[in-house]
Amino acid sequence: MDPDAWTRARWFLCFTLGIAVLPMLATTPLAAQTAEAAPAPPTVPQTAASSPDPVADLRSQLDALKAEYERRIADLEKRLTELQTAPGQAPTPGPPTAEAAPPPEAPPSEPAIPAEPAPAPSGGETSQASNYFNPSISVIGNFLTVAGHNRTENLPVADLRESELGIQAIVDPYARADFFLSFGEEGVGVEEGFVTFTSLPAGLLAKVGRMRASFGKVNTLHLHVLPWPDEPLPVVNLLGGEEGWIGTGGSVARLFPVGDTFTEGTLQIFRGDSEGLFAAPRRSDLAYNGHYRVFKDLTDASNLDLGLSYGVGPNGTSRDGRTHLEGLDATYRWKPLQTASYRSATFRGEVYRSRRDQPGGVETALGWYLSGDYQLAKRWFLGARLEASEHADDASLRDTGAAAILTFWPSEFSQLRGELRRRHYGLTDESANELLLQLQFAIGAHGAHPF
Amino acid sequence: MKRILPILFALVASVSLGSAAEAKLRVISSLQDFASIAQSIGGERVETFALAKGYQDPHFVDAKPSFVLQLSRADLLIVAGLELEIGYLPPLIDQSRNDKIHPGNPGYLDASVGCDILQRPTTQVTRAMGDVHPYGNPHYWTEPENGRVIARAIAARLSQLDAAGSATYQKNLAAFEARLTQKQAEWTAKMAPYAGTKIVTFHDSWPNFAKAFKLNIVGHVEPKPGIPPSPTHTLEIINLIQAQKVPAILVEPYFDRKTPDSIAGKTGTAVVTFYPSVGGTPAIKDYFSLFDTNIDAFVAAVKGKK
Repeated sequence: MDPDAWTRARWFLCFTLGIAVLPMLATTPLAAQTAEAAPAPPTVPQTAASSPDPVADLRSQLDALKAEYERRIADLEKRLTELQTAPGQAPTPGPPTAEAAPPPEAPPSEPAIPAEPAPAPSGGETSQASNYFNPSISVIGNFLTVAGHNRTENLPVADLRESELGIQAIVDPYARADFFLSFGEEGVGVEEGFVTFTSLPAGLLAKVGRMRASFGKVNTLHLHVLPWPDEPLPVVNLLGGEEGWIGTGGSVARLFPVGDTFTEGTLQIFRGDSEGLFAAPRRSDLAYNGHYRVFKDLTDASNLDLGLSYGVGPNGTSRDGRTHLEGLDATYRWKPLQTASYRSATFRGEVYRSRRDQPGGVETALGWYLSGDYQLAKRWFLGARLEASEHADDASLRDTGAAAILTFWPSEFSQLRGELRRRHYGLTDESANELLLQLQFAIGAHGAHPF
Repeated sequence: MKRILPILFALVASVSLGSAAEAKLRVISSLQDFASIAQSIGGERVETFALAKGYQDPHFVDAKPSFVLQLSRADLLIVAGLELEIGYLPPLIDQSRNDKIHPGNPGYLDASVGCDILQRPTTQVTRAMGDVHPYGNPHYWTEPENGRVIARAIAARLSQLDAAGSATYQKNLAAFEARLTQKQAEWTAKMAPYAGTKIVTFHDSWPNFAKAFKLNIVGHVEPKPGIPPSPTHTLEIINLIQAQKVPAILVEPYFDRKTPDSIAGKTGTAVVTFYPSVGGTPAIKDYFSLFDTNIDAFVAAVKGKK
């Protein structure tokens, strides 16, 4: 890579960040925001239970007085509202409660129908008031047991593989934030943590932080929404391991509609380090990813989703050693709308190619998978997957695999899955037959259904 | 790298001119019911599109990218609220790049505000109760009086977004309300002989309808909201139907009729397909024919049994 390109690369990063940050600076009084974000002081002072008697007495008397006055004020307020809404009076719009939604405009009044007061938030208004701006929190447990012999990829017999803590909220009128912290049994990692600027001009959508790279399809998905308990071989062998490609930096995406067909272009610029995939000796070594997606509704019941990806980043083998990644993904979904809860089918395939600069030359490795899932009944899914991938650093080593999967959803919030898997490993020339049993369960905020 | 950079530049830098300013206000709604009411109020000044089809389970709509495209061009988004759309709409709004339709802005209208919402939980809810809605039952548009509230809210919001059309919207609203009042009298008269009739419904979608037409819902085929029928619960429902002489089971078009049909086979009760939304069948073209169809089907099924 020549110096010219470096300058362009840096300019790019500035551009991305600039797009994300400038509108914020221009339109938000930051200071005011910080003040608002400060936690509200506790409304009730702590009672001093352990203090000596006279003080405690005084305090309890004061408290009693306070309670008495509060009661009287509440009474007065109640009478006031009663007076205001007394029959015969012209209906005044109900006093707006502390809700975020604006109250409806007072409709042209019609005597026969009493004006509806704005609905009161259900239950414990005052005690919950300080919780209104807390983010939605969810935890997804992913428990995996494995039976069978496998010396190459030796998974533990039982493993709470991942506990994913999701923390999500709107930041301000311009942005939202999403954190996904992935707890293994021993350590914690930030799987993703990014802010999304949703109100940018020119139809842009920008993300800044740490995020799964928009490379292909399966790499953008969290482990718990995959139709299998394990990552397919091309991800493991070509995108740096089980985790796939996760980058830290910025992302800009824009819609390019072609008639009524959805198409979207995404450009991402990341730090040059990414575990197992990229290694950057210098700060100026960056990784780039570009993704172009086309989505077309074929009928009400079926659609086609296509993607082209291209990524490049430093691999640390030499000063200018790069790894180039190319990807093609296709998904066909069939789901008749009227019986959508009972019948559906999804077919998906991806091909990745990795071209890695190495001391001996350029190593070109290819990997792919094909998968299909069919919904048998409301809670039952049957699936199959074929996969094969060479290793990024040694394309003469080729792993292959085949799997059959049965999934049962007791409810929307838990899932039981079995996978019969046969994999052949190029490195050890071992064929392993295994049974993977996975139990997933979600608590907390209701997330969006994956699509 | 050298080859790709200019392409990437073009990706980011190209700023299309955007669709030419259109005369019509683009109204997108989650349900066809709201689209129908908005069309009645907006007339020629609006064009409407509904994300969920009337014959589709409104809880489970896919967050398709094609909807992102629709939302990116919307001037007004009307939602049912009460977390009915929680499974698909929030990410669509985020990706729409359309600030107008974000919650809190005038282009976002929660149709539930001001409506009579039933079953607001008064105690703590947990998912042990099934897929419950913590803000109350979201199937509130099945009550005509709520339809009136929704129509008024839509008229007010359209007037706010398009002041020039305000007179038209008020005129259309008045016509809508007059028609509704007249239809309500007709529906109430048709249903009056069946006041107090005990019914079983598949999903708990009909408390507002039951309230409006004085039906008495005594059970559900689903043991809990969102949980498919189980043998023991089905047996309980069979006993209940026999003991209380329940003449009909109401089933939405998107639920499997196997269990209701087998219950009907054992008890002699009627299974009635009840459409929760406009577009449930091609015959249900607007908010009024929604009630016409359901009420006629109910009367036909229950007539001889009462």
